[in-house]
Amino acid sequence: MIEIVSQERCIGCDRCVEVCPTSVFDTGPGGIPVIARVQDCQTCFMCEAYCPVDALFVAPQAEPVEPGSPLRDEAYVTAAGLLGGYRKKIGWGRGRTPGALRAVGPDLPRPTPAPPRKEHR
Amino acid sequence: MTAEVTLLRHADVLVLGGGPAGAWAAIAAAEAGADVVLADKGYCGTSGSAAAGGNNLWYLPPDPALREAAMDAREAIAGRLTERRWMERVIEETYHQIGRLAGWGYPFPVDEGGVERRGSLQGPEYMRRMRRKAHRSGVRILDHHPALELLATPDGTAVGAAGIRRQDGGGRWEVRAGAVVLATGGCAFLSGAFGLDVDTGDGHLMAAELGAELSGMEFSNAYALSPAYGAHTKGLMMQFASYYDEAGRPLELGDMGTARQAVARLLADGRQVLARLDQAPPGLREAMRRSQPNYFLPLDKAGIDPFTQAYPVRLVMEGTVRGTGGLRVVGEDCATTVPGLYAAGDVATRELITGSVSGGGSHNGAWAISSGTWAGAAAAAFATRGEGRARSRPAGRAGLRPHGPATGAAAEVVRAVQDEVLPLDRNYFRTAAGLRRSLTSLDRLWTDVAAHLSGEGRGALRARQAAAMVAHGRWMYRAALARAESRGMHQRLDRPEADPRLARRIHVGGLDEVWTAPEEPKEAVA
Repeated sequence: MIEIVSQERCIGCDRCVEVCPTSVFDTGPGGIPVIARVQDCQTCFMCEAYCPVDALFVAPQAEPVEPGSPLRDEAYVTAAGLLGGYRKKIGWGRGRTPGALRAVGPDLPRPTPAPPRKEHR
Repeated sequence: MTAEVTLLRHADVLVLGGGPAGAWAAIAAAEAGADVVLADKGYCGTSGSAAAGGNNLWYLPPDPALREAAMDAREAIAGRLTERRWMERVIEETYHQIGRLAGWGYPFPVDEGGVERRGSLQGPEYMRRMRRKAHRSGVRILDHHPALELLATPDGTAVGAAGIRRQDGGGRWEVRAGAVVLATGGCAFLSGAFGLDVDTGDGHLMAAELGAELSGMEFSNAYALSPAYGAHTKGLMMQFASYYDEAGRPLELGDMGTARQAVARLLADGRQVLARLDQAPPGLREAMRRSQPNYFLPLDKAGIDPFTQAYPVRLVMEGTVRGTGGLRVVGEDCATTVPGLYAAGDVATRELITGSVSGGGSHNGAWAISSGTWAGAAAAAFATRGEGRARSRPAGRAGLRPHGPATGAAAEVVRAVQDEVLPLDRNYFRTAAGLRRSLTSLDRLWTDVAAHLSGEGRGALRARQAAAMVAHGRWMYRAALARAESRGMHQRLDRPEADPRLARRIHVGGLDEVWTAPEEPKEAVA
């Protein structure tokens, strides 16, 4: 779930308020977004992808992390290079190559038929 | 619903839902000359399962042998509920439209052999491009405008919708239109699966209030593996997984087909199961990371290397998103049984191309593109006929206009539905007795919801979503009871075999009274 809106990095563009599909953010004082409905966060990372200054961190847990967790600690998360991580991975942002361009992965396996069932007559 | 109308628009075609199906529908309608409004519950570009998750596609070049083989392979597992003609149409349409997407600038990757690979789309990139294309086609996009109800003429033709402006004070919006495309997605019962919390079955409920029929609702119990702490239900990489018990001992679960069910059994019994991608060839691992960053990112953030460390997994319910049931389509144009109302993407049944097994991860993505395109064009044509410009009334009832005193709490209703539909031992492993027990609860819940549940502002959406989930659960379990056999994802412990007399689709519908009816068998079913 969304854990961090970096007060230091945020420029108050409110892009996250706009793009969050479940409308977790509200515009707060001075245009800085506030996490208004954390329980509606579905951990989809889309806000990270759209934030132009890598000010957001969404923890991978489907519930809020423990109060003492490093994933709530902006200094730790910043040092670990995790702020805005998704945007980097998909290659969004100035000077980056779109990740889609490099996405040659494994093919889908051919589906295995269910074990044959005797159809009774 | 008492809120004042603060936004009123007129259009030829109204599209509800801004995932891929809705975007393709809006573009097709606009290209057919219609004036189009697209309203999304969230934000067109990030909303829905495709934006968050990505799509592999049922994408096949025009090589008859290749396409025949792909259709044969699906028919072999689909439980005899598919139709070859629909499969052919979807394959052809998807191939054609993906060519157009390339023309619009989607950055398809090129493999080592210099071949452009068009069978897979990264979600954020795909939907960002689709939004841009819709915008450039003249589609008027309303973000954060969830629809709560359809508008209908006295004779029951769909002529628009109304909802709330959730980021603009919660006032009411109305769009009056000549035809409506529903592209509101499936229903995952707010299970938390990433990207799926917008999929609460709202469109199914709105359509059913105008008498729309559904089909395949028994194939609604798709579950997908995610890390136990999270909700990232990415399936593709699990082909390389080995599974371990809580003590780290390898579990012998067979191939992918049987492994899933064995994992479900263990988890249903309260056991812990761990996964590790140790079957992934080392040379492929970097490519795996690049192809699906959203599988690896949540693991990276949690400090887990899935190639070397086993991590606990759970199964997360994905309902009719990865399942196949939905609104019944009665024509090649994706018309529903309601005049003026078309269904595209996961809100529609996908049995025609994937039968009783999940279409997640390829078929559903192709279906969104194809059905969206057909529904959009057909809605534009219907609108030009101008049948729908008469007087209209708002059609919403349960969760919106209770017939008794408003006392209900949406959160409690959601929890009560989830108690019946999320547990593996109720929904993955089904029995007649268990289904009847759940239906008793859900039927009682429906009576209560219809009489008492409503909300204001954002609460109106929550109430309506809760009502939609109750309706969905009742169609799902009524159909599951009617299918007294096991077929595809629908597994009945009390009827473990397939019954050849049930090699046909089952229709379901109704709100206060839910009915089921088997489709008339076709001549000479193979």
